[in-house]
Amino acid sequence: MNLEFSPEELAFQQEVRTFIEENYPADLRGKQDEGDELTKEDFLSWHRILHKKGWVAPAWPVEYGGTGWTSTQRFIFSEEIARADCIRLMPFGLTMVGPVIYTFGSPEQKAKFLPRILSGEDWWCQGYSEPGAGSDLANLRTKAVRDGDHYVINGQKTWTTMAQHADWGFFLCRTNSDAKAQEGISFILVDMKSPGIEVRPIITLGGEHEVNEVWLEDVRVPVENRVYEENKGWTCAKFLLAHERTGIAAIAGSKRGVERIKEIARTESDGDQSLIENPFFRRKIAELEMDLTALEFTELRIIAGEAAGKGPGAEASMLKIKGSEIQQRIMELGLEAVGHYGAPYFRGFGEGDNEHPIGPDYAHRMAPTYFNGRKTTIYGGSNEIQRNIIAKMVLGL
Amino acid sequence: MDFTYTETQDMLRDTLARFLADTYSFDQRQKMIASEAGRDPGIWKALATELGILSAPFAEGHGGMDGSHLENAIMMEELGKVIAIEPYIQTVVIGGGALKAVGGAVADAVIPQIIGGEAIIAFAYAEPQGRYDLANLRTTAKKDGAGYVLNGHKAVVYAAPWATHLLVTARTGGSQREAAGVSLFLVDANAPGITRRDYPTVDGFRASEVYFENCAVPADALLGGEGAALPLVELIVDQACVALGAEAAGVTAKLHEGTLDYSKQRQQFGQPIGRFQVLQHRMADMFIEVEQIKSMTLMGTLKLDLPADERKAAISLAKAKVSRSAKFVGQNAVQTHGGIGITQEYMIGHYFKRATIMENQFGSADHHLSRFEALTLKA
Ligand SMILES: Cc1cc2nc3c(=O)[nH]c(=O)nc-3n(C[C@H](O)[C@H](O)[C@H](O)COP(=O)(O)OP(=O)(O)OC[C@H]3O[C@@H](n4cnc5c(N)ncnc54)[C@H](O)[C@@H]3O)c2cc1C
Repeated sequence: MNLEFSPEELAFQQEVRTFIEENYPADLRGKQDEGDELTKEDFLSWHRILHKKGWVAPAWPVEYGGTGWTSTQRFIFSEEIARADCIRLMPFGLTMVGPVIYTFGSPEQKAKFLPRILSGEDWWCQGYSEPGAGSDLANLRTKAVRDGDHYVINGQKTWTTMAQHADWGFFLCRTNSDAKAQEGISFILVDMKSPGIEVRPIITLGGEHEVNEVWLEDVRVPVENRVYEENKGWTCAKFLLAHERTGIAAIAGSKRGVERIKEIARTESDGDQSLIENPFFRRKIAELEMDLTALEFTELRIIAGEAAGKGPGAEASMLKIKGSEIQQRIMELGLEAVGHYGAPYFRGFGEGDNEHPIGPDYAHRMAPTYFNGRKTTIYGGSNEIQRNIIAKMVLGL
Repeated sequence: MDFTYTETQDMLRDTLARFLADTYSFDQRQKMIASEAGRDPGIWKALATELGILSAPFAEGHGGMDGSHLENAIMMEELGKVIAIEPYIQTVVIGGGALKAVGGAVADAVIPQIIGGEAIIAFAYAEPQGRYDLANLRTTAKKDGAGYVLNGHKAVVYAAPWATHLLVTARTGGSQREAAGVSLFLVDANAPGITRRDYPTVDGFRASEVYFENCAVPADALLGGEGAALPLVELIVDQACVALGAEAAGVTAKLHEGTLDYSKQRQQFGQPIGRFQVLQHRMADMFIEVEQIKSMTLMGTLKLDLPADERKAAISLAKAKVSRSAKFVGQNAVQTHGGIGITQEYMIGHYFKRATIMENQFGSADHHLSRFEALTLKA
């Protein structure tokens, strides 16, 4: 056992680093620095660059377009991506529906959808949650009724992230109302341009439009768009949730976040010193580093277990809980760091207001980011639900 | 010892609560915020004239009801319950507090205008480099003939776009962080030499960056002694901290109440989520924190007139506790609501936003705990 990277791994690290330096879009970097809202095109620009290089889906099996990297290489890759502060790719295709399709899908589904997920041609959204089915997902009511070789779907989904841009959505629908809750659900791929779909925005606390209500009225979907067996959709859903939860630990991103807090704390003044010299503030940074390191090594142990053939199980819940709490603490510290300049609000005020925000450049995003960031302990299975999972699955309570 | 309110105080609370119930629904508030001015000036006018309650904390001689800090706390708690965006702390607590403390002709002139709703005062004290240190000032006031000339930049001045007067801290001497040399001025908000950049704040108010460029003010704009105003500034900020605590009591009580109600209605797994013990314990903890905010605010209110060092130590404990508790209640209210807690459409998130900004307003928990330590923990 050791911690050092091998010479090959170090060379790989250098290769990734150089690639990012040479290829990361400059205008995207500029927008990030300014705290501008990113468009669909912004997300896709980096996606396409990685795709061209063959690095867009490192974890996928090679036969479907993955990289064949070892888990250490994947770890190095995500570290470098975060270190360089690259934007996070949209997960709905790459880390959610993609793995479901290559694991459970038909050969036709694999051939049709996987290449377009990789290329970025299709933008995906996740239609799980409903107004009455959040934590209790199996309570979902959206119905898909067979009509010849089609399903006719009726119902309402909510919290559907980025559905306003989506070409396709993967939906959990009830196909058998008589069966036990989990047993009558199917996993169905829906063309978001189908007649009968309406996407309505939900605006969140920071003023951003990232989630939506999706209303489905008599939406006709070919039966061949169902993944896996009818009424066995829960199997796909559970598989996917486990995948979602590991990504959700966001360790590499949090490391970058802590670095950014340090940079800001060096810039911010506090009396005769900089804020990073303030004993209370620096202690909070130290505590973050402590918890982040604990989380990192917990993840490494879990990755090692996966490499040894154990699938991500209830341990993923642990990563989700600690990862999301750490993300929130970083946002809290960010807001604290900017003092009075956390209060000014520069979004959605007047038509086309493009005035430069006051205060330091980084300040005006802190409060909205903090408000919005409360989502991390709610989505992907709330932290309460994750603790229930650990209590039940790990502790046997 | 007696913790009962007088009949007049009860009436004040009831009058305001009834008025706000009619005028300050969540929808009404959102409309005010979205309007061009960012407020409904009729509300302030009504508080002053129709209800006549802006007079509550002022002396009878000025046309007031002879009340004081308790009246301010009563008003702020009710305003907090509807997350009101009225400039009460700035105008009545801070502006009024300063005027009461200095007395004299300026108080005789301006306090009746506050009571009548004609004067709105914004407190221009913070500066970009200063964080929560009240003496960390780069803004200068140079003696010029009989008056002074102000130069400098004040940061995030709440209510400045609405103000008739600015209460400004500036240096008439001393170095950037020195206690000596701090002066306080009450200036006409429209005086030549003042420019503003106005903007909304994340908690629904309007504020400004205020720039003074060779702004000439008369000698009688000076409140208190030249270069000796820091103790006065500390006093009014302490009064503001207590008023903010009272507001927090109102804001967090609503956060708790809203969460409790929601947990009884929201069904998951075939039962109200309020049945889950982990949420019950959390709501019990939220309840405890709200009670502690109320206790600390009452303590602060009752200690505002103690000698400076005793007062400062007590208020710092109160404000630090309010900051911590407001954070706990706000975060957990949102968490217990799930997704709906972070939407603009639903009111709980707006209470959370106000609670968040209150944490650092007039000093963060760290700032106040440090002040307490410096005052009381001597080796
Ligand atoms: C920003 C954002 C993006 C999202 N994106 C998507 C998306 O793209 N697609 C999608 O399908 N969904 C998405 N979601 C939905 C998300 O998965 C749900 O919000 C989440 O499952 C919680 O459901 P809920 O909001 O209905 O809260 P509820 O389930 O009503 O929960 C309310 C509170 O009760 C607690 N609770 C519930 N049950 C229990 C229990 N048994 N024991 C203890 N506590 C319990 C919860 O933890 C929470 O604190 C998103 C949510 C957000 C906020």
